Order: sequence, then structure tokens, then C-alpha cells
Amino acid sequence: MSLELRGITKTFGALVANDSIDLRVERGEIHAILGENGAGKSTLMNIVYGLLQPDSGEIIVNEVPQKIQEPSDALAAGIGMVHQHFMLVPVFTVAENIVLGHEKTKRNGTLDLEYIRTEIKRVSDEFGFEVNPDDLVENLPVGVQQRVEIIRALIYDAQVLILDEPTAVLTPQETDELLKIMQKLAEKGTSIIFITHKLREVKLVADKITIIRRGKVVGSALPSASQEELASLMVGRPVILNPNKSEHSVGDVVLAVNNLTIKDDAGRDIVKDISFEVRAGEVLAIAGVQGNGQSELAAAMINLEEYVEGSIQLDGSQLVGQSVKESLRAGIAFVPESRELDGLISSFSIAENFILDRHDSAPYAKGISLYPQIVNTQALADAKEFDVRLQSVADPISSLSGGNKQKVVLARELSRPVKLIVASQPTRGLDVGSIEFVHERILAERDKGKAVLLFSTELDEVLALADRIAVMYRGEILAIVSSNVTPQELGLLMAGVVHA
Amino acid sequence: MLKKFSLRALILPALAFALSMFFGGLLISLSDSDVLHKASHPLAFLKAAGASAGNAYLALFQGSVYDPGLAKPHQWYLSLYPLSETLVGAAPLILAGLSVALAFRAGLFNIGAQGQFIFGAIGASYIGFHFHMPIGMHLVIAALVGIIFGSIWGGIVGLLKARTGAHEVIVTIMLNYIALYFLEWLLGTTAFLIPGRNDPIAPPVATSARLPLLAGSNFRVNAGILVAFAAAGFVWWLLNRTTIGFKFRAAGANTFASRTAGISVPFVLTSAMAISGALAGLAGAVHVLGDNFQLTSGVAGNFGFDAITVALLGRAKPLGTVLASLLFGALGAGASAMQAKTNTPIDIVLVIQALVVLFIAAPDVVKSIFRLKNLKTTGGLVSKGWNG
Repeated sequence: MSLELRGITKTFGALVANDSIDLRVERGEIHAILGENGAGKSTLMNIVYGLLQPDSGEIIVNEVPQKIQEPSDALAAGIGMVHQHFMLVPVFTVAENIVLGHEKTKRNGTLDLEYIRTEIKRVSDEFGFEVNPDDLVENLPVGVQQRVEIIRALIYDAQVLILDEPTAVLTPQETDELLKIMQKLAEKGTSIIFITHKLREVKLVADKITIIRRGKVVGSALPSASQEELASLMVGRPVILNPNKSEHSVGDVVLAVNNLTIKDDAGRDIVKDISFEVRAGEVLAIAGVQGNGQSELAAAMINLEEYVEGSIQLDGSQLVGQSVKESLRAGIAFVPESRELDGLISSFSIAENFILDRHDSAPYAKGISLYPQIVNTQALADAKEFDVRLQSVADPISSLSGGNKQKVVLARELSRPVKLIVASQPTRGLDVGSIEFVHERILAERDKGKAVLLFSTELDEVLALADRIAVMYRGEILAIVSSNVTPQELGLLMAGVVHA
Repeated sequence: MLKKFSLRALILPALAFALSMFFGGLLISLSDSDVLHKASHPLAFLKAAGASAGNAYLALFQGSVYDPGLAKPHQWYLSLYPLSETLVGAAPLILAGLSVALAFRAGLFNIGAQGQFIFGAIGASYIGFHFHMPIGMHLVIAALVGIIFGSIWGGIVGLLKARTGAHEVIVTIMLNYIALYFLEWLLGTTAFLIPGRNDPIAPPVATSARLPLLAGSNFRVNAGILVAFAAAGFVWWLLNRTTIGFKFRAAGANTFASRTAGISVPFVLTSAMAISGALAGLAGAVHVLGDNFQLTSGVAGNFGFDAITVALLGRAKPLGTVLASLLFGALGAGASAMQAKTNTPIDIVLVIQALVVLFIAAPDVVKSIFRLKNLKTTGGLVSKGWNG
């Protein structure tokens, strides 16, 4: 089945999200759509799937124009979509989830799951999905949950499958498996629209690449194009993907963590007896799949965790048992994992967000008096230094893009006198241009002789920035390796596999 | 912040009030039997309905702002007596409203203004009738004790939440009951009985402890309203010009980010509730020292709960709370005049108050009725779930 979009235009007020986009996907083709956050990829796909209506333009399936006003119209036309956030009921089995919305009953009025079980087994065997229809979804790994979504689309006859950032939530192994599945699907005739900003994956599986920037198709490319070429097309200017790490010598131990154990409220060990150190001028990356204790370890660095045993020493002085404020003042810059939740107050102005940590010290305050004038002028200077694009520092921070928000967090944290930078998923959800900025900034701090503790689930980021890599698995450090480890080796370690 | 509270911000409350008056008017005319008798003649019916609602609202206005019928020869100003009554009623409401508003801004839903009001009233009343002190000093000490009592009663809530995570809504509801029954018990003890009597009314506070009258002995308006305005200024300053207020607002808007930035959330919880309680306590003191003079079990009336309404109506901003309280003060003062003059049930005023709140809480209704598309409403208040 072929899918063609002609002149799709969609505006939201003054914003043109899609500007007469043309696109053609052939039968059995993996068509990657590359673009930065906010380029209009999701808008376009939501239009194709019937979640949004275009202002003008046509959707043509097998040379027949379609009227798609609801997702059910899209499904009827053979278009399926796997969303970035899965639409599954965790406490239901795989079969129950797939039958949801298409329930059939037996003659006595009870739910008939038999036929769907057979269907699941058929599709699963055909593509090697290894999905058991009777497993509870909540017990399945994320990668398998995603396959459930794909099976659902296939069972209901999707011949064009839209995958929205499908690898964002996967481990490196799961990603490789998904890419293989995509190729197998394409071989059997399913067309796939693959939305992503990960260049490596695009190069691996795509047959054709369309690049979208600011709502317009700015070019198409073949997978033989280099990553730099693709990135430049996405951003609209030359991009350095692998920041140059200068060779230099490391200094003394800045951070020493010894026999650290972190427990949750129920007393279970989240982090088990780990020890490591970070030296001045060094980036130690803690790599690992989400949920292996990294978030808690990062939080424990500034004493945000309640149940901590062991020792964390910054320049020889003990941090465990201090307040958050004391930890920050001791010289830690903290870039939290979720900037929206932990890093910023969205209803506050940009200027106020610059002083969350220092609102009670000079020059912003004297005694209990706060001076908003000084807060604003200082914020303007900080914003300039960190290239935060804004209209007024009095605007709410929620008016900024993700990249600019992260720059505000960085500006705030790095403008304190710090010895150690704890950065947790510092580029999550950012576009290529902002990632480049954040990476350069982190390496610049390292070159200035700061110690950097980087938490990241992104292989590419870990490999690009780290001097040494500690891999966390189930609350323990599985190994500490040097940065010339191959992505494959690192991926295996993250999955908990240690070489003999 | 003053800039932000521009005319645009007043459009929605003003329209909501207008709508409520309209529906209130409908209700008034439809509950008037004279109007209903004319139902068979549409024109006469409409005329009668308009007249009925109009007369009721005129009486409401005359009962709350200006009533020329009260003027005497060479004493026209007596016609402003209702305005004085409005201000007398508004003063404690403003203070209690500020108490709830301040807590809101720190992310706390203080349902306990009622209990804190009662404790403030107890403290101020006892100092007021039991001691003899010089004029001025007596008043200040009575008010201070009221503030401290309220502050303790509020602070307990913050402390419990900070230490144990106990939800302030539940704790304040319970403390309201404790305050009320404590007051009733207290009124039966010899310390609070008027010698020779055994009805539960405390002795009146000494004149040396009463709030000075502002407009001569013909009017009851007293310095309480000035105290309330000053408190509104204080709350604005605290929230917007101090580091403590910054912490309050930060923790109120996002506890996680505040904690991560090193702000002590337990400090915020405890001190915000203590200050909130202090304001409600001051409200109780102002009521006892300026209006009621004698402590009874019903001293708090409905102040603590109306306080929640005016704080919501004023969007938890000091100026907004003041304006909302003045409106409610006027409605309260005018209600009895309306009933006396036009036989309109006093409950209509409650209906209007409820409608105002309803329309403010559902801005989309107002917007669609008046076809306002571009009027931005900066989301409702931060009211947090049970896990907040």
C-alpha cells in the first residue's frame, strides 16, 4: 500500500506547524522523517492518523484520496500508529489489551478471547515477536510492550505503520531488535513511517529520509548520507556531532563515594553498596538503562534522598547528612533529570527561575528584603552569557523552548562557584542544536578542571563526553570502563551482561 | 504585580458578578407572588418582574452603601451609614481572606481560618475584658495576643504537615471543631462568665481595648478596616518583596524544584501556616475589639469559610482579596435591609454569592456567554490533590 500526502498545511494561530508538506511512502518502504523538536513531525503524523484536521491538503492511500477525521478512519484506511507513550492498560493481559475496542462475545455473552489469542500467536510467530497473549502487560519489559502495540496495529490490518520516536524508551538491545522487526515488516510489504531524531538508527534501516524543518520539507536524503550532513539539514547550519575532547591530565579526587546504599520508603535497596571517585578535569559517566538506581544516586549527591548509608565526600568533607542547601553551597552544580519537575518552576518568571537557589543571598537580597530589579538585571546578563533566547526575563519560563529552559538551568547551576557538576540526562528531549550547546558547555567545565558526574541513558552521549564510564545495573556498578569501549560492549553491559 | 492586576484581570470577576446579579434577579422576581399573578399577561409580567428585582437590588444597595432615607436635616452624611456597616463587616473578612490567600500561595489549603479566628477572638477578648491597661497599650496587647493565639493554632497545622505529612485540610477541619468546642467550654468557666450570670457570653472588652471609631459616634466604622488594608499591604510585600515570600511562592508552585534548589519545605509549611494563622487570629481580634465586643460561641459567624470564598474570588492576591471582601461585606450588610424593605428572602444574597464563585470557578461559562475568545484567564488557583 502506498501513502501520499499532498500540500498538507496546518496552522495554530500565527504558527505554521506544517507548510504544504508533500510526502510519498511506497509499499514496503521504511521512510524516516527527521526533524528537531517542534519541527512539525508530530503534527503531521497526528493529521495522518486523524487526531488533527489539516487546514488544506490531501491524504491519498493507494491513489485514492481519503477523508480521515478520526483515528478509526485511519485504521479503516490501513494506517496504524504506535505512539511514543504506549496506549496500554497495565493490569490487562496482552490479549485483553489488543481486543480492547474490538471486543467480540461468545454465544453466552462472555468475552471471546480465543480468536484474538490465535491471531496474536499467528502474527507473533510470523515476525518472531515472542509475545505470549496471556502475560500481564505491566510485567513486560518496555520493548515487548511496544511489540504488543505493533501486533495490535498488524492484527487490525495496518499496512502503513507510523512509529513515533519508537526507540526513545528502549535499551540499546531492544533498539536493535526493533530495527530488525521493522526490516522484517517492510520485507513483507508493510510501509513504515519512522519518526526520530536519532541519526544512527535512520542510517541503519531507512530506505528514504525526509527532513522537516520549521514545518517545511527542506530536503530528502538517502541513508548513505553522513550523520553530519543529516544533522546540518535538520538544524539548518553546520553541526559538530562529536565534540572535540581535548587531551589533558586529570587532577585530584574531587568526589569520593564509598559504600553508598540508598533505600526506598519500603526499605528495599535501590542502590547497593557502590563506590567510585571522580577527579578534577574528568567526566565520569554513569550509564545504564532507566530505572537501575541512577536517578536515586544522582539525587543522593545533593541529599535529596532520605535513606542513605555510606559516605559521599566532596574535597574531603562529608556530604551525607547535610541539607540540600549545604550540599549545593559546598560546590555542586546540579542539573536534574526532569527540568520541568525538579529544575524549574513553570509559573515563575525566567528571572525568578535564575535565583531559585540563591534568592536569599547578595546581591538579590539583604536581610529578608528581595530586590526584583536586581534579580531582573542579573538574569538578563546570565541569559545573554548562556545564549538563552527570550523576549523579556519577566515572561514566565513556560514560554521558552526545551533547549532554552535547559540553558536557564545550566546558567543557574554553573554560575555558582562549583567543584563538581552532577548532570542527569542533560539533553533529554532537546534538539540537535541545544544538545551541541549543552555538550560543549559540559566539556568546557571539564577542561576548566571541574569534576563532572554525568548520568545518561544515551549511548552516543556517554561515548561522546565520558573519560570513564561506570555502568549501573540493578542498583550496582557492574563495571567501570574507559571511554574507548565499543557501543556494542557498552550496550551488553547496560543489559547486565558481563564478559567472562 | 500591581501592573498585572490591571483592568483586564477585573473583567472576568466583573462579568461573573453581573451574571450572578442577573440570575439572582430572575430568582427574586420568580419568588415574588405579585409577579407570578401576572403570568398570563406577558408584558405586565415582565414589567412586574423587572420592578421586583430592581426594588430588591435598590434596597440591597441602600443597605450597603448609601441610603438617602437615613439623612436628617443638616446631617446628610448619615445616609452613608450603610457604607460604614459594609466596612465593619469587611474588615475581619479581609484579614481572614488574606490568611487563606497567603496559605494558597504557599501551596496550602487552609480550611482552618475559622478555628484560628476563634482563637484570635478568645485571646483578644480575654485581654480586653480581664485586664486594665492604658488606652492604646491595652488595644495593642489584646490584638497581639489574638495574633499569637491564631498563629499557634495555624502553626500546629504546618508543623504536623512538615513533620508527619498530615494533610492540612483534614487537620484544619478537625482543629476547627476543637476550637469551637473549646470556646463553648471556655464560655462556661468562671473566668469567662459575667459575674452573677450564667449565660455563655463573656464580659464586654474594656473601652480602652476597643478599636477607635473613624467617623464619630454616629458610625460604627473603626480602625479595623485600616488594619485590614495595612495587612493586605503587608501580605503583598511579604510575598513579592521578601525572601520568605519567594520561598512560599516557590514551594507553593513546585515543591520538587524548590527542594532541589535547596529551599527548606518544612520551614515553608510551618511558617506559612503560622503567618496564615496569625492573620486569621487578627481577624478574630478585630471582630471582637471593633464590632462584637463580647465573646459568644457564634463569634466567628461564617467568617472563616467566607474567607476561603473571597480568597478564591480574589485569586489569592492581596488586592483581589480586599476587593472581594468588600463586595461580600456589602452583600452581607445589605441583605437584611433588602429583606426588611422588599420581603425578599435573605438567602438570595447567599445565592448571588454562590453564583459569583461558580462563575469565577468556571470561566469558560462566562466567556462563552459573553463571547470573549481572547480573554486570557491565568488558570485557576493551585489547589492540590490529597498527595500534595
